Formats: sequence, structure tokens, C-alpha cells
Amino acid sequence: MKRYSLVVLVLSLASAFVFFLGRAMLELGPTAIDLRAPVAAHLAESGVTHPVTAVLLNYRGYDTLLEIAVLLLALLAILAVVGEAPASPTRAAHPVLQALGRLAVPLMVVVAVYLLWAGAFRPGGAFQAGAVLAAAAVLLHLVGLLPGWSKPRLGLRFGLAAGFALFLAVAAGLLTQGSLLQYPPAAAGVLILLIESGLTVSLALILAGLFLLLSREAEA
Amino acid sequence: MTFVFDLLLALSLLWSAWRTLATPRLDRAIVLFIIFGLLMSLAWARLAAPDIGLAEAAIGAGLTGALLLDAYGVLLRRRGTA
Amino acid sequence: MSTGFIFALTGAILFAAGVAGVVLIGHLLRRILAFNLMGSGAFLVLVGLAQRQDVVDPVPQAMVLTGIVVAVAATALALALVRKLHALTGQLELPDDVDA
Repeated sequence: MKRYSLVVLVLSLASAFVFFLGRAMLELGPTAIDLRAPVAAHLAESGVTHPVTAVLLNYRGYDTLLEIAVLLLALLAILAVVGEAPASPTRAAHPVLQALGRLAVPLMVVVAVYLLWAGAFRPGGAFQAGAVLAAAAVLLHLVGLLPGWSKPRLGLRFGLAAGFALFLAVAAGLLTQGSLLQYPPAAAGVLILLIESGLTVSLALILAGLFLLLSREAEA
Repeated sequence: MTFVFDLLLALSLLWSAWRTLATPRLDRAIVLFIIFGLLMSLAWARLAAPDIGLAEAAIGAGLTGALLLDAYGVLLRRRGTA
Repeated sequence: MSTGFIFALTGAILFAAGVAGVVLIGHLLRRILAFNLMGSGAFLVLVGLAQRQDVVDPVPQAMVLTGIVVAVAATALALALVRKLHALTGQLELPDDVDA
């Protein structure tokens, strides 16, 4: 009985929330602050021509800087939770699946590099490229060609931290010139591509690590 | 015409979300969640946000789905051995 | 009704459904699913409401792109904790829920 009344209470509160939020959204006037015009106006000095990439890595670069820090923290927390365990040997999947994996992964790497390059002027960028690379690693693991992680070695640790460290180094370097993450317009394009390359590598390793760290006990 | 499509897409989003929460079998719930993620990437395409659509398809549907299914498999195997 | 508004409204419903799921469902894996639905709803409101006149706005789009990547990290951490809990106690619900 108590359980039933809780369900009714929560569902009615949720419905009321949707009703009032919907009403409020309908009555909403035109936006007081419109960021579209400033975004478009400064696009020429941002170093890239795709507005979303410009917002992510130039106008609001510190959001992205903190994001890669959060991801690194999440991976460290998972490492702390799962502890050290020996990676168990992978079970080889069906040969056809393995062949498919061998065929698909190089294509995925090419797509990732293209997405990274395309981010400057069309939809794409470090996030999507990193995600595709991570998916390639997960695929390799699932067909039994890539073992799960036991304990990250030195090289892997460098790779995991590289994106954050590189981003932080660029930010610190720019801090001596003026303010945090304010790129000089002439060098902005190169700096953004540099940061994005670092981000792609680290994002791919971190996202793949989330899976490879968690899945190693699956075979045990 | 696009209005009808948007409405259908919104309804399928809500339906798959509802089934994700309400379906009794956990494996089906996870697969429905992956479907939800793919429908979300369609919604992002409709909102003229191809960047998010790409990320959602790769991360929201792909990686999250793989993580969830993997966790489900481990729990199932532990129950089998216990 | 514009495309942006339809999806903003859908997002509001998804968010409410996700919150109700997180509160009402005891099973932790399902709670993670509900939590993800909640997040997707919030993302839809962010972008849909900003584009309710159907003019593309890159700022909320970039924010949501960041949010999606953080959401998967949070999901993975939650799954790691759930798996640890299950390995230690054999439970898939939090102790308070078991008592109630």
C-alpha cells in the first residue's frame, strides 16, 4: 500500500512538472541574449570555419579542458574501484567475426582521422574521432584480438594523460601571453588542430579503457 | 510533412524510453535503450545538429550499449556459477 | 509548432520519466538506464528550446556534445560501482531499498 502511494505521488509530480514546464516553454518570449551573432562575427579569427568546433575549442575552450579532466578522473576512479587484476586471456571469436574485425578496424581508423581533420570546417572533430577509435578498440576486444587491460603501463598512462596535458600546456603557454586559452588569430587554426589531435588520442584511450577495464573480469 | 515525421520520431522516442523502463526482461531493456540512442541521433539530425548525432550514435548507442550489455553478461554468468 | 519545440517538449517528458524511474526503480542497472534517459531529456530541452524558432544555435550544441561524453564516463563509473557491489554482496539493489 505504501509502495502504491509512492508510485502515484511520483508519477503525479512528474506529470505536473511536464505540464508546467511545457506551459512555461510555450510562453517563452524571444531570447534576451543571442549568442549566434557574436559566434558568426568572430568565426574568421577563431581558426576554424565550423561554428560548433569554434565554440568547443576556442570560445569556450575551458569547458573542453575541464571535460577531458573529468573523463580522466572517471577513468582513475574506475581503476581504483576495479583494482588490479590480471588480464585473462581473450577467447577468440568465430573466424568470420575475426576477419570482419580485421577488415573493419582499419576503415574505422581512416574514418576517425577524416573526422578529426573535417572538424575544422564541417561536422566532426575530436569527440567523434575519439569515439570511433574507441569503438574500434572495443570491436577488436570483442572478437578476441585485443586483451582487456590489467594495469596501465607507463606508455599507456602517457597516452591517457596526453590530451589533458597538451591542452593544459597550450593554455598555460597562452596565459603568459594574455588570458587563458585566448589564441592569437594567426596561430589559432594550428593550435586547435594540435589540441584536437591530442584530445582524439586521449579520448579514444579513455573511452576504450572504460570498456577494457570493466570487461576483463567478464572472462574470468 | 516534416511535422508529421517529427511527431512520429518524438512518439517513438517516448515509446522506446517507456519500454526501456517498463519491460520486465533486463536484456530487452538494454537493447531498447540502444534503439532509443539511435532514435536520439535521428532527432539530432532533425535539430540540424549533425555533430551531436555522430557522437550520440557512436557513444550514446554504441559504447554505452556495449558497456551495459557487458555488465549484464557478467551478472548473468555470476548468477550461473553461484 | 516548430521542430525545436516538439523535441524540447519530448525532452521534458523524457526527463520527468527518467527522474520517476530513478526514484521508483530499485534495480541498479535499470536505475542507470533511467539516469541516461534523464540526461538525454535534458540535452533535448537544451538544444530544442534554443532552436524553437528553428534557427541553428551552435553554443548549446557544443555544450550538449560535451555533456554526452561526460554522461558515458559517469555511466561507466556507475557500472563499475554496481559490479563491485554485486561482487561483494551479491545484491543489485542498495541496502536501504532491500530493507524497505
